[in-house]
Amino acid sequence: MDLPTLWFVLLAVLWTGYLVLEGFDFGVGMLFPVLGGRAFAADAQDAEKRRRVLLNTIGPVWDGNEVWVITAGGATFAAFPHWYATMFSGFYLPLLLILVALILRNLGIDYRHKRPEQAWKGRWDKAIFWGSLAPAFLWGVALTNVVRGVPIDARKEFTGNLFTLLGPVGLLGGLVFVALFLTHGAIFVALKTDGPVRADARRVAALTGTVALALAGALLLVLGLGQGKPASWATSAVAALAFAAALLANARGREGWAFTGTAVTIASSVATYFLLLYPNVMPSTISPAYNLTIDNAASTSYTLTVMSIVAAVFTPVVVLYQGWTYWVFRKRLTAQHIPEDVHLQAAAR
Amino acid sequence: MDATDLARWQFAITTVYHFLFVPVTIGLSFVVAVFHSAWVRTANPDWLRLAKFFGKLFTINFALGLVTGLVQEFQFGMNWSDYSRFVGDIFGAPLAIEALLAFFLESTFLGLWIFGWGRIPQRLHAATMWIVHVGTLLSAYFILAANSFMQHPVGYRFNPATGRAELTDFWAVLTNKVQLVTFPHIAFSAYMVGGAVVMGVALHLMRREARRRSEPEATDRDAAGSDVSLYRRATRLGAALTLVAGLGVAATGDIQGKIMTEVQPMKMAAAEALYETSPAGVGAPFSVLTIGSLDGQRATPLIEVPRLLSFLATGSFTGEVRGITDLKAEYAARYGASGNPLTADRETAYVPNIPTTYWTFRLMIGAGVAAAAIAAAVLWLTRKGRAPTARWLLYAAVAAPLLPVFGNSFGWIFTEVGRQPWLVFGLMTTATGVSPSVSVGEVITSMVVYTLLYGALAVVEVKLFLTYVRRGAEPFEAPKEPSDLDEDAPLVFAY
Ligand code: HDD
Ligand code: HEM
Ligand code: HEM
Repeated sequence: MDLPTLWFVLLAVLWTGYLVLEGFDFGVGMLFPVLGGRAFAADAQDAEKRRRVLLNTIGPVWDGNEVWVITAGGATFAAFPHWYATMFSGFYLPLLLILVALILRNLGIDYRHKRPEQAWKGRWDKAIFWGSLAPAFLWGVALTNVVRGVPIDARKEFTGNLFTLLGPVGLLGGLVFVALFLTHGAIFVALKTDGPVRADARRVAALTGTVALALAGALLLVLGLGQGKPASWATSAVAALAFAAALLANARGREGWAFTGTAVTIASSVATYFLLLYPNVMPSTISPAYNLTIDNAASTSYTLTVMSIVAAVFTPVVVLYQGWTYWVFRKRLTAQHIPEDVHLQAAAR
Repeated sequence: MDATDLARWQFAITTVYHFLFVPVTIGLSFVVAVFHSAWVRTANPDWLRLAKFFGKLFTINFALGLVTGLVQEFQFGMNWSDYSRFVGDIFGAPLAIEALLAFFLESTFLGLWIFGWGRIPQRLHAATMWIVHVGTLLSAYFILAANSFMQHPVGYRFNPATGRAELTDFWAVLTNKVQLVTFPHIAFSAYMVGGAVVMGVALHLMRREARRRSEPEATDRDAAGSDVSLYRRATRLGAALTLVAGLGVAATGDIQGKIMTEVQPMKMAAAEALYETSPAGVGAPFSVLTIGSLDGQRATPLIEVPRLLSFLATGSFTGEVRGITDLKAEYAARYGASGNPLTADRETAYVPNIPTTYWTFRLMIGAGVAAAAIAAAVLWLTRKGRAPTARWLLYAAVAAPLLPVFGNSFGWIFTEVGRQPWLVFGLMTTATGVSPSVSVGEVITSMVVYTLLYGALAVVEVKLFLTYVRRGAEPFEAPKEPSDLDEDAPLVFAY
């Protein structure tokens, strides 16, 4: 494999890391008003407890999960500067929205518990919900458009606008990401909690999972019929099978297997996207001559060599210590693990 | 205003905003790590209370440093796509490595520190904050390597076939001589900020506790004021760190001045608004305050320190300092005739905005000196067990952290504006780096969004920070080791 191709593969790995990990963070955020809302909670107090259980399942890890996208962005910049430049300047408004959403969501997670007032918490709850939903949807739209191709001219510049991206397939891509992350997140909650929340999460996963299966099946079919190749059909099949298995395992209460299933689904979906792209990184709908390809978008082999060495040494280290964090916080959470509000304690003193 | 001006304003606003939180993150992670380790070593409860208290303030600040950093990472591609194409081969590598090496460390181990109470053994727990701190330093190192390349490009060659700058020596980029002084300068200025935040916060609380003790209606005087010594200790440590780091800042800044004069002589001339070359053997003065237009016509220095500029620029009190007029002609001859379309002579004529560089340079130094002076005064006033309560100390407590934070802002504005019209010095002008496909409307949209959002977040963050300052350090609670933890008991810390 030559270096640019290696980096193409590594980017697929980084996006997989991001979507598998932050995928369930987004799911948990989107489930806030569901699992922690009127549908399932007995009363306002129960809802608050449930929300705190949900938030604490991702509490120690969500920030580390998000770094995968920063690394993916940085690696795209370093390995394929033209890809980075065309995509980030072309998808200007969606990326702006993603940034605003992530800003509000991150602050919501960090600041929600820092004041006792219900109004304060309520506002950050909205930030967490919308801040999870919007990026999930927009990443789906953006990445699906990358695969399908967008108008790129001879100067490698994007010539469309926001509405170019909002075609039917792009929108379907957005919906698929949302449904997939909802399911992935619900299964994660089931895996990480116990008691009523766990049971409820499994029911939600069964429901959203069915929707996700239908939507994702349609998307992979549309994409495959357009530009499919044997390898991408194979990974699509793996994605579909893994997802069906995940739903089955979920129905049987085998959450570990269910979570593995949705993780494999996301990984093989990313693989499908990258296989559909190959050997392009961003095809042009104006003329194939203007396609950004692995070769014409890449950095020099010297840069790629340096980056390869760094990645080879440090990626395993990162995976090791992130894995260790998950192990440290492996215990299932229930309402009884949630301490009284620190503010109430302070007031009592 | 065209898209370039807007993109520049946007970059300036978002980066300066990001850098309000960055030095606090670097500085406070160090202080919290020290407090936490001190507790592990001495078992003195005060240290743990301080570690937890400043740890809370740290996390409030870190959250904003993080989200504003995200914007920075995306911004190069969004607003500066031609720049990204031109230098991506060189500039992308440190950015990607920063994420892989530093951001993963910071965020993962901060999660462990925040949630680790009762989950990981105390020694390891203290170590996680040290790892966070190392992460912040690594992050600073790589991003500054990227910035130093823009100030003084090294380790590359210009490839006419692709029209790009290409990396030839990564080690040279990491050990750029500009980088080797910028990094310690920034590290010291961040420690200065960390020290000053600790000093300011603790000084306020010490004063409050001491006043409570002396209030006539205090029934149990000792209990009411029992924390005076805790905060006094933190005040003095913060003040000492501010002073020591201030010395480091000055020492490294002095070296920076010489290197800057060598690689970007125009920036030094602009820092002093020096139009006519001051020949060797004379000794150019440094003006502390000037009135007039700074355009070389009517400037009237009010206070001047003889020969200081020569010393700053060359290390000799009588060294030659070249003036703007000479340099302008020289730059025009060199770059205007170079044939590189990215450097062709522009209306700006290679002179940055002089009033901005002149004043920000002075404000940067002035802010640092003022903060160090407060630190020295506080050390003196709190000597031998004293806990003064004078009213002006309250103002000192507020000013102390703000001064070095804004000193950092002024330093960056000086450095970046002084580099203009270059984006990459000698290689690419700022106007040629902007994204061609992004419309003015889009940049205005993002500018309005960021400005409103950042403004609102500043209010939220400051209020929250002050709430937690007012609450003070929590009472001591002996942390549990994971071995003697009840599996069903509530978590020690939870969101
Ligand atoms: C001298 C140090 C320094 C400088 C010049 C910058 N930063 Fe920064 N940055 C940090 C030092 C730092 C830090 C101390 O490491 C932060 C502060 C809060 C944090 O999370 O880490 C950080 C946060 C931070 C984050 C979030 C990290 C996370 O998720 O944990 C990103 C993506 C960036 N920065 C990116 C940038 C970019 C693209 C910059 C260039 C314009 C930049 N920073 C300037
Ligand atoms: C964090 C501290 C930094 C601050 C406060 C800062 C400040 C500024 C300011 C004020 C400008 C506007 C200058 C002008 O328009 O005249 C600017 C421009 C710029 N700086 Fe920095 N900068 C910082 C770090 C960096 C770093 C680390 C990089 C690169 C890695 C960088 C790259 C740029 C770029 C690309 C521009 C845009 C073009 C322009 O000069 O207008 N800056 N910065
Ligand atoms: C005697 C005091 C100081 C001197 C002589 C000094 C000198 C300098 C010089 C020459 C530069 C420009 C470097 C370049 O363009 O390459 C600079 C930049 C800067 N200074 Fe200072 N400085 C001093 C104090 C301070 C203080 C007190 C702070 C903050 C607390 C500070 C923060 C900064 C920052 C953030 C930058 C921009 C980044 C950089 O290039 O290092 N400086 N300083």
